[in-house]
Amino acid sequence: MSDTIANPGQALAPSRGEKFRQRVLPLIFLAMVLALVPLMAPSRTMYSLLNAIGINIVFALSYNMLLGRGGLLSFGHAVYFGLGGYAAMHAMRAIEAGDGGFWSAYPVFGLPLVGFAAGALAGAVIGWPSCRRAGTAFAMISLGVAELIAAAGFMFASVFGGEEGVTGDRMNGPELFGLSLGPVGEVYLFIAFWTVVGTGLIYGFTRTPLGKLSEATRDNPERVQFIGFDPVRVRYLVFIIAGAFAGLSGGMAAVNYEIFTPESLSLHPSGFVLLMAYIGGIRYFVGPVLGALVLTVMQSMLSDFTEAWLLYLGVLFIAIIMFAPGGLAGILFGTGAALRRDGLRGSLGTLGVKTCGIVLSFLGLVVLIEVVVRWSNGYGEVFEPFGLALESGSPLTWALVTVLCAAGFALLRIAARNTNERGA
Amino acid sequence: MSESALAISGLHKSFGPAHIIRGVELDVARGERHAIIGPNGAGKSTLFNLVSGLFKPSEGQVLMNGRPISGLAAHEINRRGLSRSFQVSNIFSNMTVRENVRCGVLHSMGQGYSFWRNIGNLKAVQKKTAEILEKVELIEKAHMPAALLSYADQRTLEIAVTIAGGADVILLDEPTAGMSHSETDRAVALIRKATEGKTLLIVEHDMGVVFDLADTISVLVYGEIIATGRPEEIRGNPKVREAYLGEEADEQPIGGAA
Amino acid sequence: METILFSLLNGVIYGLLLFMLSSGLTLIFSMMGILNFAHASFYMLGAYFAFSFTQVTSFWIALIFAPILVGLFGAVVERWGLRNVHQHGHVAELLFTFGLAYLIDEVVKIVWGKNAVDYRVPAELDFPLFELFGAQYPAYRMFILLVAVAMLAALWYLLKRTRVGLIIQAALTHPHMVGHLGHNVPRIFMAVFGAGCALAALAGVIGGNYLVTDPAMAAFMGPIVFVVVVIGGLGSLEGAFIASLLLGLLQTFAISVDANFADLFGWTGLTATSELGGITVASLAPMLPFLLLVLILIVKPTGLMGDREA
Repeated sequence: MSDTIANPGQALAPSRGEKFRQRVLPLIFLAMVLALVPLMAPSRTMYSLLNAIGINIVFALSYNMLLGRGGLLSFGHAVYFGLGGYAAMHAMRAIEAGDGGFWSAYPVFGLPLVGFAAGALAGAVIGWPSCRRAGTAFAMISLGVAELIAAAGFMFASVFGGEEGVTGDRMNGPELFGLSLGPVGEVYLFIAFWTVVGTGLIYGFTRTPLGKLSEATRDNPERVQFIGFDPVRVRYLVFIIAGAFAGLSGGMAAVNYEIFTPESLSLHPSGFVLLMAYIGGIRYFVGPVLGALVLTVMQSMLSDFTEAWLLYLGVLFIAIIMFAPGGLAGILFGTGAALRRDGLRGSLGTLGVKTCGIVLSFLGLVVLIEVVVRWSNGYGEVFEPFGLALESGSPLTWALVTVLCAAGFALLRIAARNTNERGA
Repeated sequence: MSESALAISGLHKSFGPAHIIRGVELDVARGERHAIIGPNGAGKSTLFNLVSGLFKPSEGQVLMNGRPISGLAAHEINRRGLSRSFQVSNIFSNMTVRENVRCGVLHSMGQGYSFWRNIGNLKAVQKKTAEILEKVELIEKAHMPAALLSYADQRTLEIAVTIAGGADVILLDEPTAGMSHSETDRAVALIRKATEGKTLLIVEHDMGVVFDLADTISVLVYGEIIATGRPEEIRGNPKVREAYLGEEADEQPIGGAA
Repeated sequence: METILFSLLNGVIYGLLLFMLSSGLTLIFSMMGILNFAHASFYMLGAYFAFSFTQVTSFWIALIFAPILVGLFGAVVERWGLRNVHQHGHVAELLFTFGLAYLIDEVVKIVWGKNAVDYRVPAELDFPLFELFGAQYPAYRMFILLVAVAMLAALWYLLKRTRVGLIIQAALTHPHMVGHLGHNVPRIFMAVFGAGCALAALAGVIGGNYLVTDPAMAAFMGPIVFVVVVIGGLGSLEGAFIASLLLGLLQTFAISVDANFADLFGWTGLTATSELGGITVASLAPMLPFLLLVLILIVKPTGLMGDREA
């Protein structure tokens, strides 16, 4: 009790145990999980997938510094990823050249830092005119800038390498931690290291005064002025830091793929990182992590199963916007909260109905899309899930689609009505 | 005592052809509690926006503690010691009560746009935040998200964030708007406690609050101050009665017991 | 001399096409406050629908029915999609239209294939109209001009001279008030959104065979239309008109200029063989709209004629 009187502020703050549990533990958990992976002897493909996930985690987290925590919607974030990556790429070539001088002594392991610096610089230059406004104007400027730089990427071949891009060889220069970075398993350790560092630093940022001010500016820029801070300056600083971390992930990508093309600066990856962050859930710190995980897996695995994987991605995105604006993280946390509140038996009913509804509607959609894709290809291919032949002309197919979708939607409506009635 | 806290001279503001503020002269002494009343549309909020830096004056000057502040950016003026609340609650709705006040405290505790320090480790910030929460009696609700507070509590939080920075000139824009009788009484007591020793400029419609709190009252009508004085003087002032009640109400003095 | 005249003509036509697209976008933005990212996708749908129509019937049927179909589709999207998202805020609305554009792109690729389709100028209009300086000017381009001007005139007439137009104009700035006056504002919103999409589709019908009809056309046109709307001033039809013509002329002239950076900036010592010097003005043409966008947003965020900040 004397503790409270001595420093009443301390009583309000979470206890040391809580702080450790909520903040430090997840990071340790992440590091441990990543460290344990090699023990399971994953295949090369698995390693490649994990590397891609690691890069995207940092990229998506950096994006959410702008969107979820700053309220700034950017359509051109890949510019900083790309510029960071290109800077790292050129540094890699300098290391390879081994002329003596600064770069010969610089380890490839440290290239993400080069990306970090380049991303920060780009953010500082481009951010200065962009950050005066928020909202739609900011989004439009980011779009314009992205298009400009994407076009410039193809023009200046000496910097960006034209269509073929710039390549490099990561097995050069001094080694760090005994890693030659040759085999993909060693690259994995490199990626895992920087993923943990990047995630830790970005999380740390949310605990700083600037991090809190950024959230305040997102909520109410007018009020921020009356606590003594300039919202434009807050946005600008956050923009630079977000650009820096995007550049960090670009540097990671440079070492991983050993090639960078102007395509990486374009609107495509900018749109992809937006999808990753939003689908994951912009209101939660782990949202973008989840989104990066899910979307990277979709990108590499789903494309093996179906031609229309981008369409599924689009449908997922729209579904999240319309029905689950908290994203995947929101769904998880919301379900957790419902479970805690109503107990397993209490929520199983609605949960079960909802899940069945989603699964059925999804199946109906899959049948529809796959059948249409094969029909439009014109090769006479037939969609055959589990040996069931579903031709585009047959009434069975269309009956199946209708029944599945109707049942799914009906179940979802029931679930929605139940939730509304309970006032949940 | 030589300088007034706020000295407004010859202030004009037009928006295109609409001449809203037409030459306001106002002097607020240090430590004074000064209320501004007037019919709707008189320009009270515009006046506040001009003084606090959200609008730039078309003409005229505002001096705070002898130094000019008109034309400065709002956050600059805030840093010089002027803070304001808003008619519609302007808080950080996605943050908790404690985080709201903590943000308000940051600048006065010397924290700039820093990103290398953990905010949890700033002991002085924590202490001040807790003090303010105690003062406004919101400490029980410290961890509630601001958006979930009741209306009256949101207004209280608004005041808390306003005084958090330790400003010595406080502008309150209709702080008791929409409150019930008991909530208003509590709010008035809170305002009195929170602005002890500071200069207070308050816009209010509730005459009870005005006569309770204010040392001096100014009446703003059509962008001009038609009368300034102690509450009793304003009560009996015929020009004020005319502005509020129209020309016929000559016989009746304005409400005996507020 | 002939290059200038032809570039002028082509620039005006391209500008008018841009205006057909941006007018719909402006109307939607003014009324609902949303910048419809999927607007160019409706343009694309118009072209593709017209293509499919022309496979079975005449171009003229396509001209009438493709925009109507797309307009109906737009109204459905507004009623069951956008309206539900509205409660989640501006960012969610913007992202919804972004996702919609994405979705439409993918569906088009699946249904019509990833390559350009052979949507041709109809035979009735495929002849040289006149000869100028020895070069022939195709009649179809004049047709585009006529349709664009007719649409403009009809739009102006609708907005300024009819009762419906009066209500729409009022709802553009004061939707709540119009609702209080007894008009069904949600229905007006749905109608305006559908009409905006139909206008975009019409541009697609007549422009798709003039330019190219492929799945990338939305991604290509979309950003340019935004630039036009923002430069002209969000919410201002007159501004959109001026900006469309400006951009149309600028881009067309830039492409026809036969110079590179070394020619323009040779006085700084830049040579044509260097990388920077070798960049031609023509290759910059695609970048011009965005350059202008960034400049204008920095200097005058309300655009040329707008009074609303984005």
